[in-house]
Amino acid sequence: MPPDRVLLDAAAGLPMHPAARDALVAALDDGWADPAKLYGAGRRARLLLDGAREALADGLTSSGGQGVRPDELVLPPGGCAAARWAVQGSRRRAAGHVVHSAVEHSCVLLAADEGDATAVGVDRLGRVDPAGYGAALRPDTAVACLTAASHEVGTLQPVEQVAELCAARRVPLHVDAAAAVGRVPLPGGWSLLSADARAWGGPSSVGVLAVRTGTRWRAPLPGGGREDLVDLPAVVAAAVGLQAVLAEQDRERARLGPLVDLVRARVAALVPDVEVVGDPVGRLPHLVTFSCLYADGEALLTALDRRGFAVSSGSSCTSSTLEPSHVLVAMGVLTHGNVRLSLHRGTTADDVQRFLAVLPGAVAEVRAAAGAQGL
Amino acid sequence: MTGPGGLPLPQPDLVLDCLGRPCPVPVIELARALPALAVGAVVEVVSDDPAAQADVPAFCRMRGHSYLGAVPRTVGAGFRVRRGA
Repeated sequence: MPPDRVLLDAAAGLPMHPAARDALVAALDDGWADPAKLYGAGRRARLLLDGAREALADGLTSSGGQGVRPDELVLPPGGCAAARWAVQGSRRRAAGHVVHSAVEHSCVLLAADEGDATAVGVDRLGRVDPAGYGAALRPDTAVACLTAASHEVGTLQPVEQVAELCAARRVPLHVDAAAAVGRVPLPGGWSLLSADARAWGGPSSVGVLAVRTGTRWRAPLPGGGREDLVDLPAVVAAAVGLQAVLAEQDRERARLGPLVDLVRARVAALVPDVEVVGDPVGRLPHLVTFSCLYADGEALLTALDRRGFAVSSGSSCTSSTLEPSHVLVAMGVLTHGNVRLSLHRGTTADDVQRFLAVLPGAVAEVRAAAGAQGL
Repeated sequence: MTGPGGLPLPQPDLVLDCLGRPCPVPVIELARALPALAVGAVVEVVSDDPAAQADVPAFCRMRGHSYLGAVPRTVGAGFRVRRGA
């Protein structure tokens, strides 16, 4: 990547956190053995694994919501696997009913759709109505899924209100916290919480699933979660990365939140016929999404890339399936001409100012190419 | 196909065929056609693009037109819009 290239797509992946990278390299030397073995190298691996599990549990505990113990953690191979295991391990019978919001990550939707599932709609800001969510719970509901925050539009969900309704109906609640961990305090009240080390600058091969003691759940694979199967150096890197990101969380939130506020205000002022989407207040601090009327999303990403900015889009023309983002559709907002910015620890105020300086020209160019100027 | 209150959707004064053309083309064609119509006139844009179902109503909301509903077709659907002031 040339040095003048600015990555504003942290939600799709970001360079490994330096602390996680250092830990990964060190653990490649120290943590290669099977932690179940009783010789020296195995014992060292066991110590590393126990330490990493403790650090992950501490990290989730210090993120708020509720305490997590190391023995409540399962380490699936990636964030998507963590979300999928949460659903599959709760649905003991193939017929088990699953409730989910319409804006869950596709990992959750795919797992939910393996059987009977009910989607709960959202409002224009992308938020579920807790009462409406509660009404979808049934006596045979095996698990209810609600994301802590949408990775596409940043809207925070009323998790704790929904958790109360689930508890009253004795339905376990799965919270997909992949987009929220390391960005905002986590909600409490869940039975299962899944996260993705990649989203906090850790390795992409590590997912974290916390299963509260007493929850009816079992690993969905034979031997699933067995510790000799984990990628130990990556787990160590994930744990160290989480601690590092949490130490920076308040500072980064205070730094990136105002930059996103600036984008929300300036985009609406600089670009005609634009819709900034998602909750303006109850949102992730680092992520903002907007849609430009008459603009082709793919052409817009290309025009921005040419100007040195890497961003993402929920428009259909940019997806492999040519379907628009299910999150934008569920919200009833414009799906074409969509741009998502997600900022990270390497993003500067200057990066954001320069993005705002080139955006109007990029949108105008794309609209003109489609013959849509002056509409 | 019926609109709000169970009433049948009003017949269009103009039909725009955008079959096979990806979004945002159907919305651009709609935006081009509307100024030539009288306020209150109804236009139908026919599209088989999966984004049209979301984008035609969103366009109407953003530009002050009324989205009336969709009429299913063999391929795609006809999305009916009443021109706003």
